[in-house]
Amino acid sequence: MSAQQAESLPGVDRAVELGLTKPEYARIVELIGREPNEVELAMFSLLWSEHCAYKHSKKVLRRLPTEGDRLLMGVGENAGAVEVAGLAVAFKVESHNHPSAVEPFQGAATGVGGILRDVIALGARPIAMLNSLRFGHPSSPRSRWLLDRAVAGIGHYGNSIGVATVGGEIHFDPSYESNCLINAMCVGIADPNRLMRCAATGVGNRVILFGALTGRDGIGGASVLASAELGDDDADKRPTVQIGDPFAEKKVLEASLELIDADLLVALQDLGAAGLTSSASEMAAQGGVGLDIDVARVPLREQGMEPFEIMVSESQERMLAIVEPSKVAAVLEVCERWELLASDIGEVTEGDRMRILVGDDVVGDIPVTTLVDDCPLYDLAPAPPEQGLYPAPPADLPDEADHRDTLVALLGGANIASRRPVFQQYDQIVQARTVRRPDEADAAVLALPVGEDGIRPAIAVSIDGNARRVAANPEGGALEAVLECAANLACVGAEPLGLTNCLNFGNPEKPHVAWQLINSVEGIAVGCEALGIPVVGGNVSLYNEGPDGPILPTPVIGMVGEMPDATKSSSSGFTTDGQAVALVGPFVPNLVSSELAARRGHAPQGELPSLDIGAVIAAHHAVRDGVRSGAIQTAHDISEGGLGVALAECTAVAGVGCEVTLPEFSDAALFGESPGQGFVIAGDPAAIASIPGARVVGTTGGGDLVVSAEDGASFSVPVAEVQAARDGGLTAYLP
Amino acid sequence: MRIGVVRFPGSCDEVDALDACAMVADSELLWHGRTDLDGVDAVVVPGGFSYGDYLRPGAIARFSPVMKAVADFAAEGGPVLGICNGFQVLCEAGLLPGALLTNSGLRFLCKQVDIVVERPGTPWTADCEAGERLSIPVKHMSGRWHADEATVAELEAEGRIVFRYAPGDNPNGSTADVAGVCSAGGNVVGLMPHPEHAVDALTGSADGLKLFASILNGGDRVGAAG
Repeated sequence: MSAQQAESLPGVDRAVELGLTKPEYARIVELIGREPNEVELAMFSLLWSEHCAYKHSKKVLRRLPTEGDRLLMGVGENAGAVEVAGLAVAFKVESHNHPSAVEPFQGAATGVGGILRDVIALGARPIAMLNSLRFGHPSSPRSRWLLDRAVAGIGHYGNSIGVATVGGEIHFDPSYESNCLINAMCVGIADPNRLMRCAATGVGNRVILFGALTGRDGIGGASVLASAELGDDDADKRPTVQIGDPFAEKKVLEASLELIDADLLVALQDLGAAGLTSSASEMAAQGGVGLDIDVARVPLREQGMEPFEIMVSESQERMLAIVEPSKVAAVLEVCERWELLASDIGEVTEGDRMRILVGDDVVGDIPVTTLVDDCPLYDLAPAPPEQGLYPAPPADLPDEADHRDTLVALLGGANIASRRPVFQQYDQIVQARTVRRPDEADAAVLALPVGEDGIRPAIAVSIDGNARRVAANPEGGALEAVLECAANLACVGAEPLGLTNCLNFGNPEKPHVAWQLINSVEGIAVGCEALGIPVVGGNVSLYNEGPDGPILPTPVIGMVGEMPDATKSSSSGFTTDGQAVALVGPFVPNLVSSELAARRGHAPQGELPSLDIGAVIAAHHAVRDGVRSGAIQTAHDISEGGLGVALAECTAVAGVGCEVTLPEFSDAALFGESPGQGFVIAGDPAAIASIPGARVVGTTGGGDLVVSAEDGASFSVPVAEVQAARDGGLTAYLP
Repeated sequence: MRIGVVRFPGSCDEVDALDACAMVADSELLWHGRTDLDGVDAVVVPGGFSYGDYLRPGAIARFSPVMKAVADFAAEGGPVLGICNGFQVLCEAGLLPGALLTNSGLRFLCKQVDIVVERPGTPWTADCEAGERLSIPVKHMSGRWHADEATVAELEAEGRIVFRYAPGDNPNGSTADVAGVCSAGGNVVGLMPHPEHAVDALTGSADGLKLFASILNGGDRVGAAG
């Protein structure tokens, strides 16, 4: 059937209203041999949305490596998992951008809730949360409101459920003014022998829905909010934002883990975007079975809900389980003990039909594969932009400012200042695993249970992105983001094991956005191959555009690494006087798309220098090994703001100054960036001399940061001034 | 010595408290629905968000069946420690004086603070010296302890202010820098900081372990104290 023929079908207008295209509708009609009814159309509109079907990104994502020696569970499950010290470490990052742009508190809170459930569905206990946030410049009142409320929402959910928020990053750029980004990452641990899969199996097994009541909230969230650009009428979309209840999720968490421990479940899946429709179809598709779902048995929050509303509701804090008939009573009992509703709403059937019933009446009947697998996948039409896509930001730092004043201004800028006003709002320590809290080291360190050898292993986790560099060069910038994340792990002595990514981009139907997406994925793939790690899962968020254009291309990288001994870690700051300060890594700093360039009013464009990946990885190894052996006590990667800012940050942590001498004193040498490729380290002078490639530049001590050039030029800043500048930068916007 | 740790729906720090107790004694979780305490020698009411902190922190948990048993146990002089949300529950239950209000900064706050032991000799501070400083984290939204002037004066006079935040370290604006108080008998102690998150130098500090270790020495000193 052609799109023209579809034009004449009675249901086509409704289909377009729900976000499908006319050709897509024609294809649905062709596949099922008739026009879908209201229930079926609602289900198609969600499962064939960008958010669920990845129709503009699936082909691109095939480039990413997904296999690894330590991989226990990979792409296609609710979250990925790698093996560490005999445990499964599950993790995934996901976006909740559009809901947060509309209602930041609930949008961010339910973003946290959603990613938690992905990890819970694996049978893992969530042990840590991280987040990556992007807002317009904080001088804009709307951005400050979004920041304030999103942070409060993240804290509200994570704190209440008892999962530590241990890390994250925030970046401000005008391109996010009307389209903020809220990416949340969850890490969990499980017994590898008890990892749950989501495949429904066993004809005759029961389908149990447990957790919160089903209401009208979030209807159409995936198709209406997550798969279209934001516009001026966003306030009208507020009813499509879900409302979170962390108390309900806490009970869902404890009950789920208890059910898995007692071996009562065949499969488990969370209800997220597209609610019951998505969960049930995914479970059936993975298991190669059919499902009967009786919506009359779904406990409802409000009266008079239509079958299609029940199927697409995005009410939070719900899980779907497949249970053998003989174990249903035991499952219901555990749920009752946790004061959770649980209902037997259906059955696993032979064949591949997804049937929706109201009692005995069939109100929807579609092949599962049609719903899940037959959505058309589109080829992108990439083209590099002919000129810069992003306007130059307003300059607020004069070119003629001297090095000292420039450094202090950078330290106090919103993108570099201390994140303390934000992370103090998060419980960083619950579950008693947090060895390194935010601001103490470049990556968070979480201790695992003591091993048989009496040594306590640990994992290190980090999340990073550097969208301005990606805007200048999508492949190079994305590669740098991967390297920067790995560098953070190296700083605490951890070896990367796997990566999760959240690809936040604009409208992929526009050639330059397609170009950004394809090349960023290439950069991530190159980074993974260099590090020898797989992508274990992730999320794509497209159509992040406001009236003023697309966001900066923002691939966000989350990484988990292994540490054999939790006690062998580093600090990101100088700890004591008299230690040698050295630089490590093939660091080629330049000012393209740097923080200094932005402050001076330059658009994010220009050539990034090529990098020697082999030498970068060797530097990571040298730092990691040095931290593990105890030779390195301080390790800090050189990132935004360059070497000058990195040195200043090292002095600020414990108030220990330093004196260093650099070969030259140019803006590029002091403030140029080269993410993931250089480190500042410190330790006992003899020990530092043993670190391969370390170039000693000075000594720790005193109350000042003193930087000299070999030609005799010099400047100094009291550490107290460094600390005051860092502490004030965000506080000004988060009083 | 066996210490019971109450578990409400929404408790978050109960396992950490259980582990801290296990460093000094036997320990077990006590489900909120039970009406007895399984014969334990001491009780910890842990932190978290019991019943989602709905209505008011601690306001619903105090009606749990287990809290009746805790109240009876406390009335007989049994040692009870309320931490954070547990402190809020004990105040709501009338076992401790004062109330916990929203932080003066109006935000949730998680940070390491120093507290000063004002009253050694309770079952939970028997191992501490008067004036001793302990580095213990706080993490709460509603931790601003408040009581009227007469009550504060009475508590001061009776030596029932057990912990104060060190000068300049009051994170929530509590009246008279109070971080923790005790019952008239001294056996029921509540505090906002989390000693169970300060039992291992690897994760920040081991100063909080003293509170749990105290129960071994101080369990018998109930009534004698004060």
